[in-house]
Amino acid sequence: MFLAISGVLPEICRKKQFMDFPMFHLDWLNNRMLIAIIAIIHVMINHGLAVGFMPLITWLEQKGVKNSGRDQITNLDWDNRIYNMMKVAFIITTTLGAMTGVGIWFSVALVSPTSIGSLIRVFYWAWFIEWLVFVTEVILIMIYFLTWKSSNTSLRAKLLHIRFGWFLSLFSWITMAIIVSILSFMMDPGNWNTHKSLLNGFTNPIYLPQLLFRTPTAMLVAGSFGMLLVTLFFKKETELRLKAVKYVSKWIIFWAPISLLGAVIYYNSIPEAMIANMSTAVGTMDFNKYYDLMKYFILFGISSSLIMAIIGLYKSKWLKSYIVFFPVLMAFAYLGFFERVREFVRKPYVIGGYMYSNLLLEEDYPVYQQFGLLKNATYTTVTEITPENKIEAGRNVFAIACSRCHTTQGVNSVVDVFERMYGIGKPLDINSMASYIPNMHNGRTYMPPFPGTQEESEALAAYIRNIQDTGDVLEGAQSEGVKVSELQNTKAVLENKK
Amino acid sequence: MIHLYIALQNNVPVPKDIPLPLPMPEWFFVVVLVLSFLLHILFVNLMLGGSILALIAQIKGLKNKEYDILAHEIAKTITVNKSIAVVLGIAPLLSINVLYTIYFYSANALTGLMWIAVIPLVTVAFLLTYLHKYTWETLENHKAVHISILALATVIFLFIPFIFLTNINLMLFPEKWAVVKGFVDALFLPNVFPRYLHFILASLAVTGLFIFWYNSRKNYPFEEIYQKFTRYDIQKKGYSLALTASICQFMIGPLVLLTLPSKGMGWNLILIIFSGVAFAVPAMWMMWKRLTGENENIEKDFYKIAMLLGVTVLCMGSGRQIYRANSLEKHRELVQIKTEEFQILKKEAIAKMKAAEAGAASEDMTEAEKGQKVFGQYCASCHKIDEKLVGPPVLEMAKIYKGNIGDLQKWIKNPGKKRPDYPQMPGFESQLDQKQLDQLAEYILN
Repeated sequence: MFLAISGVLPEICRKKQFMDFPMFHLDWLNNRMLIAIIAIIHVMINHGLAVGFMPLITWLEQKGVKNSGRDQITNLDWDNRIYNMMKVAFIITTTLGAMTGVGIWFSVALVSPTSIGSLIRVFYWAWFIEWLVFVTEVILIMIYFLTWKSSNTSLRAKLLHIRFGWFLSLFSWITMAIIVSILSFMMDPGNWNTHKSLLNGFTNPIYLPQLLFRTPTAMLVAGSFGMLLVTLFFKKETELRLKAVKYVSKWIIFWAPISLLGAVIYYNSIPEAMIANMSTAVGTMDFNKYYDLMKYFILFGISSSLIMAIIGLYKSKWLKSYIVFFPVLMAFAYLGFFERVREFVRKPYVIGGYMYSNLLLEEDYPVYQQFGLLKNATYTTVTEITPENKIEAGRNVFAIACSRCHTTQGVNSVVDVFERMYGIGKPLDINSMASYIPNMHNGRTYMPPFPGTQEESEALAAYIRNIQDTGDVLEGAQSEGVKVSELQNTKAVLENKK
Repeated sequence: MIHLYIALQNNVPVPKDIPLPLPMPEWFFVVVLVLSFLLHILFVNLMLGGSILALIAQIKGLKNKEYDILAHEIAKTITVNKSIAVVLGIAPLLSINVLYTIYFYSANALTGLMWIAVIPLVTVAFLLTYLHKYTWETLENHKAVHISILALATVIFLFIPFIFLTNINLMLFPEKWAVVKGFVDALFLPNVFPRYLHFILASLAVTGLFIFWYNSRKNYPFEEIYQKFTRYDIQKKGYSLALTASICQFMIGPLVLLTLPSKGMGWNLILIIFSGVAFAVPAMWMMWKRLTGENENIEKDFYKIAMLLGVTVLCMGSGRQIYRANSLEKHRELVQIKTEEFQILKKEAIAKMKAAEAGAASEDMTEAEKGQKVFGQYCASCHKIDEKLVGPPVLEMAKIYKGNIGDLQKWIKNPGKKRPDYPQMPGFESQLDQKQLDQLAEYILN
């Protein structure tokens, strides 16, 4: 009996619904979380183990040559340990680092196909150049790492190898400098409609502050991570270890104040973007929570590394790997938190002034609000709302208009957000929700306006109440497939054409 | 069966496209896509073929030490080729995204979980190849463990092409989108398995040629590495593999062609595929001649062979694109019509909206009525007239602020928090102008 029902029910009511793309949906984890996890891992590896780490390693390799005796090319013991540190970074960057980079493309394509599809059309060349630089970077990193040992045969070869290291550092930095332009572009509201060009990525007001923040912060994070590797790869109580700890400490002490300066400048440039994007109101209240927290992350992130470095400089022996672990964690958290805030700044848009976070274009709204969202959706089970199919219609509306950011019962669940407003555990009032939904963007300015008719708002409210009562979930197109709207299939298009 | 029937009726979706022009003419993306994809797949072939061969060689190495050395030498190339393969994959990914936005993303979404699983799976496989490479000495006495590491990586590498082929196949058939439910359904669409075999054989053929070249390099210290094997031994193995795999393609190739759904077929496709075959035949003949000829002549003609087979690969790669273009031609026209239709609909909607707004504005309303409208838009979601919703009822406000318009407006603009059991109210300073505030206060207080 149970089997029969569970087999048939999905057939009848779980067929999926979406605007122009069958939509992937993770109903527990939340779609944005998928992107966030992959992207934050990638940024941490990119900044901490590539952009900041390559110059650190090259610098340390150079120190080996400088500090060696006249008859040596380099101090081989030192050189070997620095090589091992590089090996860790090499393995991580060429596996997890590279794959999370591809993973950003994959996950964004799944969760947010319209936005990434639009951005690629504008930024194709930026990404193409980025790709060329990236290919160069990968080739250089392989040359640098794989020729390390064989370059120890002559001083000339060793110096050339070190020069390769500096080249590699430069290319890693350029890769970041290009991608930051695209990131800043997305944070700069309104620019899409006025000057949507490659150049605008570089000239917009958030570009330099971001670069000024990311460069020294990458160095700082790399320094902390480098310190951890030093404590792991250099034998305790040895002269070499003390020397390595001191060098890395100096590195951190040099970059920490610059990172702080960059963070402060970036921190202050964010509200400008915010003001144009969303007004005061609750939006800012929620944002302010993040924004205040950010101060602490800056403070803890930088100061814990700095304290570690000062200890490293004056009491080098005190530094043990388990002590270093904490500052490393804090430094990565500091970097990661900035990424979260960056994500928040964009709301309610995914592309400022052009596309809302629900992937619908602002300019298309009149169509949806006048003629209805469901009538214009390619994938939907309902096009005409009746009292019988109201909940099913609401499910379709939810999937199209809400599911990019909200789940039914999981992270950022729509039931939870309404319960927080109307009282936790209380039955939600359909009428209140139905009148609230079309106006919510007035109070909650980080929310896009509701892209549908009054009828659709009522259906959505009925659905939300229904999932509060039943605990029902919404499966994505990846498991339940799609149903094509009879108004949007080949036949309909051909008939319209006549 | 029923859903299949419905699908055949009219279940071909026609979504609208992203209303932005391509940044370059279409032919440009086609060229970039075909060329960069072939470069990418070349290194994928080497990564996959290298893993398979290293695995086989290492197992053989349990009895014959020379094979263990061969396995180690091949294993060293896998990690390099895999890094190049990944980075070269970005350009075709970007190009196919621009060129076939609707089709590619739809297929991705419909196979979503497996599609995103590519990331952790490949990451794990890559880490395993490093683990395998760097533990050659450490696990010297635990060969079973060491071989298992490579075997696991190879299994993952062998599985990944299924995910890509399923996607690239599904994107060609919008008429199937409403029929498939997840990856497994899409995997069993016709043509995925023959294409998979075609790909595996190509990987082996390419790796065979690669092994020939790798061991023929003058600066490769072959004699220092191997004790018994000669360069000729390995070169012969390389050619034999390339030739055998190419001959097998003559059986799998026609199968791929026959299982292709007929909608993308055309003489242009047949022509390019047979041109590819025509270039492969002399290359195979030359390999055969070198294999059966004098030992010292085996290196002759290598570049000719590689070049001819390169042209074959180029033809086959172009064939893929031609089939893709043929299959989607009509559907893309429909999408174009749909996209334009929507723009007309949009104009209508905007006109209708403006008319409605004009109508509303011309109506004669009292201040309090206008205030009621403002209330409906900004306040009604949290406040009801006579009972608590999220915030307190309007009647209560009217009582508190009777005769005190200034404070009421101040509160609306910048609310404080008086009641511990109510959530914080948002401020409306930036959304409401003084006129609206006056209308609103008028409505609330009366």
